[in-house]
Formats: sequence, C-alpha cells, structure tokens
Amino acid sequence: MPADVTLAQVLEARGVSRRHFLGFCSTLAVGLGLAPGMAPRIAEALERARRPSVIWLSFQECTGCTESLTRADAPSLEELILSVISLDYHHTLQAASGHAAEEARHRAMRDNAGKYIVLVDGSVPLGNPGFSTIAGISNKDMLLETVRDAAAVVAVGSCAAYGGLPMAAPNPTGAVPISALVKNKPLINVPGCPPIPVVITGVLAHVLTFGSLPRLDEQLRPAAFYADTIHDRCYRRPFYDRGLFARSFDDEGARAGWCLFELGCKGPVTRNACATLKWNGGVSFPIQSGHPCLGCSQPQFWDAGDFYRPLSVPLAGNGTVAAAAVAGGVAAAAVGHQLAQRARHQADGDRQPVTVEDLEVKP
Amino acid sequence: MSDLLLWAKGPGFSIALFIFLAGTVLRLGEILWLRRKTDLAPAKGEVLGPVLRTIGHRFLPAPGMLRKSPVVHIGGWTFHVGLFVILFLFTPHIVLVQAFTGLSWPGLPHSLVHAVTLATMAAMVAVLAARISDPVKKLLSDVEDYLVWGLTFLPLLTGFLAVGRMGLAYDTLLALHILSVELLMVVFPFTKLMHALTWVLARGYTGAIAGRKGAHS
Amino acid sequence: MTTSFANGMAALIQQIDAPIASYLQSCVHCGLCAEACLFYTETGEAKYTPIHKVEPLKRLWKQEFTLFGRLLKALGVVKPLSDADLAEWEELVYDSCTLCGRCTMVCPVGNDITYMIRKLREGMVASGHAPDSMKTAARNALNGISPIGVGLVALKKQIEKQSKETGIPITLDQEGAEFLVVLSSMEIIGFPEILGALSKLFQRAGATWTIASDAYEGTNIGIQIGSRDVARALVQRVVTAAERLKVKTVIAPECGHAYQALRWEGPNLVGHPYSFKVIHIVELLDQWVREGRIRTKGKHQDRVSFHDPCQFSRRGGLDAPARRLLAGVAADIVEAPDAGAMSWCCGGGGGVSANHRAEDLRLKVFTAKKRQIDAVQPKQLVTACANCRNVMEEAIDHYEMTLPVLGLTELIAEYLEDDAP
Repeated sequence: MPADVTLAQVLEARGVSRRHFLGFCSTLAVGLGLAPGMAPRIAEALERARRPSVIWLSFQECTGCTESLTRADAPSLEELILSVISLDYHHTLQAASGHAAEEARHRAMRDNAGKYIVLVDGSVPLGNPGFSTIAGISNKDMLLETVRDAAAVVAVGSCAAYGGLPMAAPNPTGAVPISALVKNKPLINVPGCPPIPVVITGVLAHVLTFGSLPRLDEQLRPAAFYADTIHDRCYRRPFYDRGLFARSFDDEGARAGWCLFELGCKGPVTRNACATLKWNGGVSFPIQSGHPCLGCSQPQFWDAGDFYRPLSVPLAGNGTVAAAAVAGGVAAAAVGHQLAQRARHQADGDRQPVTVEDLEVKP
Repeated sequence: MSDLLLWAKGPGFSIALFIFLAGTVLRLGEILWLRRKTDLAPAKGEVLGPVLRTIGHRFLPAPGMLRKSPVVHIGGWTFHVGLFVILFLFTPHIVLVQAFTGLSWPGLPHSLVHAVTLATMAAMVAVLAARISDPVKKLLSDVEDYLVWGLTFLPLLTGFLAVGRMGLAYDTLLALHILSVELLMVVFPFTKLMHALTWVLARGYTGAIAGRKGAHS
Repeated sequence: MTTSFANGMAALIQQIDAPIASYLQSCVHCGLCAEACLFYTETGEAKYTPIHKVEPLKRLWKQEFTLFGRLLKALGVVKPLSDADLAEWEELVYDSCTLCGRCTMVCPVGNDITYMIRKLREGMVASGHAPDSMKTAARNALNGISPIGVGLVALKKQIEKQSKETGIPITLDQEGAEFLVVLSSMEIIGFPEILGALSKLFQRAGATWTIASDAYEGTNIGIQIGSRDVARALVQRVVTAAERLKVKTVIAPECGHAYQALRWEGPNLVGHPYSFKVIHIVELLDQWVREGRIRTKGKHQDRVSFHDPCQFSRRGGLDAPARRLLAGVAADIVEAPDAGAMSWCCGGGGGVSANHRAEDLRLKVFTAKKRQIDAVQPKQLVTACANCRNVMEEAIDHYEMTLPVLGLTELIAEYLEDDAP
C-alpha cells in the first residue's frame, strides 16, 4: 500500500463499514482505559493519519507474537491496524526477500527518518553474534542500526521485553531483552507469550492518536493493560476467596470451574489484561479454559518454578537440601554429643565428694 | 515474578530450610543423647498412662491458674490456635504441606482466615503487653523473648498485608512474607521456639518420672 | 577442703540429663510457675519465680551441652557461669524453695522445676554455697545420726517411756524382724507418742518390727542440702542395718522427704537395688486395714482436715491411702480448697525448716497454707509428716490460731479396735 494514502481511503477501498471502524475505535478506547467519548477522537486521528512507517525486527523469537497479531477470523482489529500502518519490513508478512527485503528496510529508514516506529520481537544473543543473524548481520547490530533514527521502539512479547525463553536457564546464547541495548529512545515493553493482540494494537493506536507514549509502569509496560494482576480481575476469584480449588485437572472442582491456585496458577503475580480483554476476540483465556495462568507476561516466568507448582510453594530441589540438612544436623549433634561426653567424663574425674570437712562453718 | 520473590522462593528458602532442619536435628539430638540414668528403685506405678495424660492435660490451665493469669492463658491459646489455623487451614499453606508431604486437606474460606489472623495478631499484642507489664515476666524476659515475638509477628503481619494487597505491590509483600518466614526458620532451632517440638518431651518426662512413683503430674 | 567453684561446676555437669535439657529448652518464660509458688504469691517478689531460681542451671546447660551455647561463650557473647552467680543464687535456691512441686504441676510445657532445683543444689553445696545452718545439720547427721542431735540415749529414753505406757516392749536391733522402722528426729523428741502408736499397731497386726540403734533416722539432710554424697552416707546406714538385720521391709516414717530419700533416691545413691522393700507407714497401715489385719472402732468426732505433705501427697502419690485411713476413723472430714495434688506447702519442707536464715520468710509465706485452712475452719488438722506438724505448730502459734495438728498414725492407733481380730 502506498504510504501516503489515508486510512479512510483504505477502509473504503476494502469495504469496511464506518460502523465497524467506529466499533474498533471504541474497543481501543475502552482497552486503553479512556472514556468512551474518546472513541470519535481516535477515529478522527486514525482516519486522517498518514500511515506511519513501521519496521518490525524479528530476532530470537518463535513468531508467536506475529501469529497472535495476525490470527484473524473476521475482518479483525488486527487487520485494521495493519491497514493503518505501513508495515515496511516484516520477515513473515512481507513479500520481498533477500537483498530486496533489506533494501526495503533501509529505504523506510531513510524516507521516514525520525518518524518511523520500530517493533521488535525476540531476544538478542550477546554470547556469540553468530547465534542469530539476518542477512549476515547480527541481531545486535541490526537493532542498534535500525533504532538510531526511530521515533519509538516497542518490544513486543516477553522475549523482547524480558529475554523470554532464550534467556531461561542456562541462557546458552547470552540472550538479553531489548531494554538492555536500547537506551535514550522511547521504549515500550508489551510482554506476554504472546501478548494479547488488541494490546499490541492498542499501544500503536495510542501512539498514533496522541503522538506520545501511553502511561508506562516501572517496567515500561502500558499501565492501561498491565496495571492489574490476573488474580484481581479473574472471574474465578470468588472461589479462591471461599477456599474452593481444583485439585487435579479433571476433578470435580476443575469441572465446576473452581480456582486453579493449587494447580499452579500464577495469576496473583502476573500483570496482564487476559482476565478482562481475553483472547480470540474476547472468547476466553487460559483460566477460563481450565488451565492455570503461566505468568507469561512476567519477567523470567520460565525460571519461576514449574507451571504446575502452586505460588506458595518454594522452587524445586529442596529434597536434596533437606536430606543434606538432616545429615548435617546428625553430624553436628554427634560432635556436640562428643563434647558433652567429654565434659561429663572430665566432671566425673574432677568432682570431689562433699565431706564432713566441707560442711564446716566459719564462726 | 519479581527478583526478590524469586530469590525468596529459591535460594532463600533453600538456605532457611537447611539451617532449620540441620539446627532442629542438632538441638533435638543434643537433648535426647543426654539420656537418663537408669532408675534402680523399683517402679510403683505404670508410666505410659501418666505420660499420655500429662502430655494431654497441660493444654488446659492448672487448677486456679486461669483466674490468676487470664491474659497468658486466653492470649496464649488464641495465638497458638490461630497460628495453627492459619498454617494448616489456609489453602496457600496447605499446598505447601502437600508439596513436601503429599498430604492435603480442604482449607477454610479466606474471610474466616482473615478474621483468625486479626484475632491472632491482637492476642500476640496482648501477651506482649502482659510480658512488659508483669514484673515476673519482665524479670524472666531477655532479648530472645522479644526477638522471637517480633519474628513470629512479622509473618502474620506481612501475610495479612499481602493477602489484602495493602501498602506495597503484591509481589513485594509476598516476597517479604516469605522472607520473614525464612528468618523465623533460621532462628527457630536456637531459641525457645524449639518448645514447639520439645513440649512433648518435657511433658512426657515429667509424666514418666511422676508416674513411676505413682505420684501426681 | 574440696568445695570450690570447679567442684560445683563438675557436680552440675554430672546432673544434666535429657529431662533437664528438654525442660530448659522448652521454657517459654510465661511466668505461670510464679503464680503457683507460695514464695511468690505471699510476697509478690518476682525473684521467687521458680524457673528464675534455676537460671544458673540453664546457663550451665547452654554453655556445656549445646554447640550454639559453646559458640556464644567462645565468642564472648555470653559470660560463662561464675562463682559469683552461684553465690548470688544461694538465697533463692535454699531459702525460697521447699521443693514442694506446685510449680511443676502448673507449667504448660510440663517442666519439673522441683527436679531441677534438687539438681542445682548439688552444684551449690559442692561449691560451698549452702546455708550455714543446713551445713551444720548435715555435719551433725554425718557425725552422729540425727541432724538435730537426737542421740541414741534420747531415743532409748523415749522408747522406755512409751513401752511403759503401752505395756508393749520395743526391741532394738532385732535380727529377723519383718519390719525395720526408721523415724524422724522430730518425732522422737516432738511427737514420741508415735512409738507407742507403732507398738500397738504392729502388735495388733501380728507383725514383728524393730528399730536399728545405728540407723534410726529416716530424714535425709543430704537430699535437702542437695549433696548426694551426704545423702548416700545417710541412706547407706539404713541399708546396712536392714541387710544386717535381714528385714523384709523398711518402713519410712511420717515424713515427706524421708520417703523420697529411702524409697526413690536411695537405690540410685547406693548404686544397687535393695534386697528389701521400702514403704511408707501410711501405706502399710492402709494395706493392713484393707486386708483386715487391723480394725478400727469408733470415729473421731471433731471436724478435721487433712494437710497434704508435699513429698507425700503431690510428689509421692500417697494422698489416697491417707484419706482412706482417715475416712475410717474420722466422722467429720472437710477438704480444703486445692487439697490433694495442688495443696499448699507448710513452708518448711526441702530443708527450709533447717535453714535458720529463712525463718522469717517461712513464717511469712505460711499465709498461703493459712488461707487454705481458714476456708474450711477445721477443729484440728491431721497430717502424715512430723516436719509439717512442727512447722505448722510454730506458724499456728505465730499467727495466734488455735489449731491442734494430729499425726495420722497416732490417730489410727487411737481408734484401734481393742478386741483381737
């Protein structure tokens, strides 16, 4: 699509009704935590926006974030945003390949210097640049080169935001999140494995509408989507409060839809919008489908103890610790016992019986 | 999960567990290994009955003592029962027991545990006030008594705040709660907290010594 | 002179066993023991808290028998137990504890504080920190036989008087007698009627008995001062006599701690089980009454209440036979509040009555016992311990009460059925 076509023209060309478009803007307004009255303003801004250039860099990633964004059933929110932006570089979606693809990236950077948005998914290996290269260029080099003239950087997915699966112990590639390398650039983290599609689009819409970053928390996540924990918005919360828990995956409690805390749900420590916005166009989310939250939008969730270990249970490996401790205690007690026995024997030798003489009283 | 929480659940717990278990085994060993000299006087009464009876009876106040020390008794029972309820009938703790032993049982509704926690904390404050104001207890008390009180109160307070999401971020509160428990675990073997395990021995020995003579205990 | 701090430490180290370690580890400083102790309740002085009295024992246990305690001592974080500490604790350990055992009954974790005081005294006396008057009594007992100087001559005189009154002879050193009776000096000079009573009872039961001229003292100042060496010497006298005279059973007198010394501590002191049995005179009489070997007739009409001697009732379990016997001869018995296992001490046990320094304190704390008695207003008290009798008579006098104190054995003898069974 040519970059200088407006969205209004695009939508008309695609036969998307205005009603549908306004509905999309309302969803975005609500999702961003804005008043419903903001919807028209979002619509107006998007309609008139010249389609900004977006460069999508993919590093050590599984393409799940792209899949999330592009999984579509009907003319979807995701498709719409892809109509709004000019996605000038994306490994999976672009038609060009090879040198042509890299040339497209460089052209977009040149033509939109200072104005383009960089979306990144995947972590960057620092261990050996050869672990992940594109067109012979290391991820790190490509990242630093591309963000140099960017207006903003969005780290999409837990790998880009926190290092994700590649960074999980033992981190063989020396993977780091984008924030470790991108300094002095407006950066937004959109964690999730993958993130909820409308969260990605909502962030972009905010940037396009207001020309600024949404309010971010201390982990650079948009507060609109990441302020609450799953637990605080979970529809199964009343069961947690009443102490009704599923014990195993197909037991009575599971079938009755009780809380999944005992099955390892990380909801209480996971911040994301899954419990409110849900997935697949608001159809469901893991807990609703009977599976405990993995905590996938939190840092190091792969190393936070296994997914089915309840939150209140310490991480594994303590069987050995316990055995070693008992052995240590027995050994220490043996030492203590030896010292005590020695003191006793010494006392047996030292003690003089009390005699009549000892009972003399000085006048 | 924040770094502090991960540390508390990971290395923090392993360290605390090691010291707790090793220390407890050491202290129990140091007591039991001392043994008792064989009694050469012929026994008059049987021993098992008095042992069991003494172990059971000392949960109740001795005749006339409840009236003399109501705060110690009521406050003491309240916080002991309260701690028991919180530790063993609150589901996030039950799953902890299950993780280590495989045993589990249903928990109480959280509103009830909430009320019990408040009562427990109030009882603890009451017995602390009694300890400070009563000349007998003040004379007996040393740094260890106050330290143990504080370290027992802290998990109650941090747990209460964590469940209620009060004050700090939940991650942080949960981490502080777990860390406060770990602190308690580390000091447990080296303080009077060991009474939680040795009460059976002490009551049992007294029951045995008296029972053998046919005397009262 | 072998008493020294080192000797005291050695003595204490020998005393620590698993029960003591479990007690000291379990104490949570709840202070309930004070509420049970007459020395605290009647004075309000926190220092008389029972567990506080054994503080030196706790410090010794920690520094010698726990790795952590050894570490703290090595690092200088805690000061080691010193002679000054033992000196400071002497008054608490001897003047303000009768080994009555009420504290043991109320401790929520089950500590036997009495047991610990007894053992702490071993270290006190071995380091020279015991009351002068008790040391003197112990010396007297070792050199003579009686701690209060009641010699054989005095005994023989009382025997002669009693025999004349009853018409029943009492033979000393009779080999082959079934029973060897030991007495308390207090009985011999204070309540000599016991001899006549015993004569009648044994005769009616058709049992032979004797008194050893070199082992007639059952009380054991060694137990009270806390020296197992002294205690052993005193028990050994009785053991030697019993073996020499080939008796089947040794009878412990109306006394609390004599029963504990002979029956329970004795074999452990001399290092071997006895070749004879030991029972308390009250046990014997109860047995005989139940077997029908002796029968009583008539009942004492005055309202009486039984005073439970601490080593006899609470720590001896003999309150039941005593009450059975009393019920047979008294028509009007009232039980004071707390009677039996929780009864209040007369204030003179555990060596306190032999501790002249503690006299004022002992009289002061009698108010606990007095309260018990006043609640039921008996005409007379009946008891089974000569020391309690003596201590209470003195206190009753001090508080200007009118209250005779009778001995149970004498009372039984008084109502013995005249006809042969």
